[in-house]
Amino acid sequence: MSNLEKYNAAFVEAFEIREDQLAGLKYQDITAWDSVGHMTLIASLEEAFDIMMDTDDIIDFNSYEKGKEILSKEEYGVDF
Amino acid sequence: MCKVWKFSKHNDRCALQDEFGNEISYKTLNSETRSLFDALGRRCLLFSFCRNEIGSVIGYTAFLNHGIVPVLLNSHIDRQMAHDLIRTYKPDYLWIPEDQVEQFPGMEMVYSAWHYALLKTVDENAYRLNEDLALLLTTSGSTGSPKFVRQSYENVLDNASAIAQYLALDEMERPITTLPMNYTYGLSIINSHLLVGATVLLTDKGLMQKEFWHFFKEAGATSFGGVPYTYEMLDKLRFYRMKLPALRTMTQAGGKILPELHEKFARYAEEQGKKFVVMYGQCEATARMGYLPPEKALEKKGSMGIAIPGGKFHLIGTGGTEVLAPYKTGELVYEGKNVTLGYAECGEDLAKGDERHGILETGDLAQFDEDGYYYIVGRKKRFLKIYGNRVNLDEIERLIKGAFETEVASTGIDDHMYIFVTDGSLEWQIREFIVEKTKLNPAAFKVLTIQEIPKNDAGKTLYKELVQRYEG
Repeated sequence: MSNLEKYNAAFVEAFEIREDQLAGLKYQDITAWDSVGHMTLIASLEEAFDIMMDTDDIIDFNSYEKGKEILSKEEYGVDF
Repeated sequence: MCKVWKFSKHNDRCALQDEFGNEISYKTLNSETRSLFDALGRRCLLFSFCRNEIGSVIGYTAFLNHGIVPVLLNSHIDRQMAHDLIRTYKPDYLWIPEDQVEQFPGMEMVYSAWHYALLKTVDENAYRLNEDLALLLTTSGSTGSPKFVRQSYENVLDNASAIAQYLALDEMERPITTLPMNYTYGLSIINSHLLVGATVLLTDKGLMQKEFWHFFKEAGATSFGGVPYTYEMLDKLRFYRMKLPALRTMTQAGGKILPELHEKFARYAEEQGKKFVVMYGQCEATARMGYLPPEKALEKKGSMGIAIPGGKFHLIGTGGTEVLAPYKTGELVYEGKNVTLGYAECGEDLAKGDERHGILETGDLAQFDEDGYYYIVGRKKRFLKIYGNRVNLDEIERLIKGAFETEVASTGIDDHMYIFVTDGSLEWQIREFIVEKTKLNPAAFKVLTIQEIPKNDAGKTLYKELVQRYEG
């Protein structure tokens, strides 16, 4: 599975949505992406990419696009 | 004159501060609440749609101090539910964020301040209000049940004073909101801090948002409260590594925290010279009934502590006799001036007086140890705490039966509800429906199909048999 596929799968699984709903998706846009859902998403991304995210990055992660940007940072090294 | 708070005692202190840089002093709060009362002019019933915002708190304090009886609802409440509640209770006015005014067409805006609007409904003194009645709260639940807890002025004042006493609150405190103000625990933080002249930091942002932590640090928050789930999130956020020098106190209520987390936070607090205070309460007791003194937080892990100042606990065993020995289970009974008047389920009930006379059977099963510290070990009533919100299982069944053609039985443990239905094709729809009604994260709800709901000869659902199906 490519990194993008893994990234998308984490969202689809955590929020029970379709892949075509991901573009532009932001925190609190849907009921499932609240603080509870956020924790689920972060946990599954950490597992999928075998990383430990910093607190600042966890709370900065407020959209589908922003998340890609964060994971692309040097310390996580996920290429999309 | 003012029924609860004497704002003029703290005139120049800052009362409320929000994340957008707005601040208002106690003097301004006093004058704002008076102007709002002048627009209302008389004691009446009002629905207040709450957010953690200055306008919302101005409204709430104006209503309590001047004898207007508010029903506090979350501003995000399902619209249909809001309309149903209005039809049931016929309030004279609504106090609502200005951006939600269009949800109530045909109501005239008669006053506005701090982005909140006072709307006049078509009703006028529809029901008699008992003279002791101060406010009405939902029982932490969000299923739209018309059942409210009736709290008196004495309840609010007595409980706020007791909290201020055992937490040793003073005017230097700066609590930051982490819970909705229409939720009894969130409200108790506002009530107790305004009593001592402290500054309440208001935000609707959550723990998972950068803006929340920015405000927390900038404004130098000294305390916050959290339900068990809040502490699970803080744990995952690696809270222990954050630099929060101003933070002095963390309180926990709204359900039983996992003993491992209790220990982690108690240890962190001890090492950092902060306080971690586990507490116990219910909306039916205004808010607070018990607390674990912070110096005992590690030693008495898993305990919710002792009764608050002015209150008393005892246990009633099966057969109605008092439990006098340690480590024996009984129903926890609380006595104190903060025990509320009773419930209201319709407009006529607002005229009712005190039905509990200072005694509350909590519905929680508890034990005490040889030092008299209490431990919650179970629950008599059929409800779950989902992320700190009380959700009544029978109410969930009633809602589903009202909307779908299926047999249904719901059970589970805190933060995990299992809903059994006999029509498998409805699984998905029912889950969506419950999420929509409760406004809680779908992760908490599982809908499972079963051929037949197990029942005894009298037709009562055998929930214990269902438990095996999700534990197995």
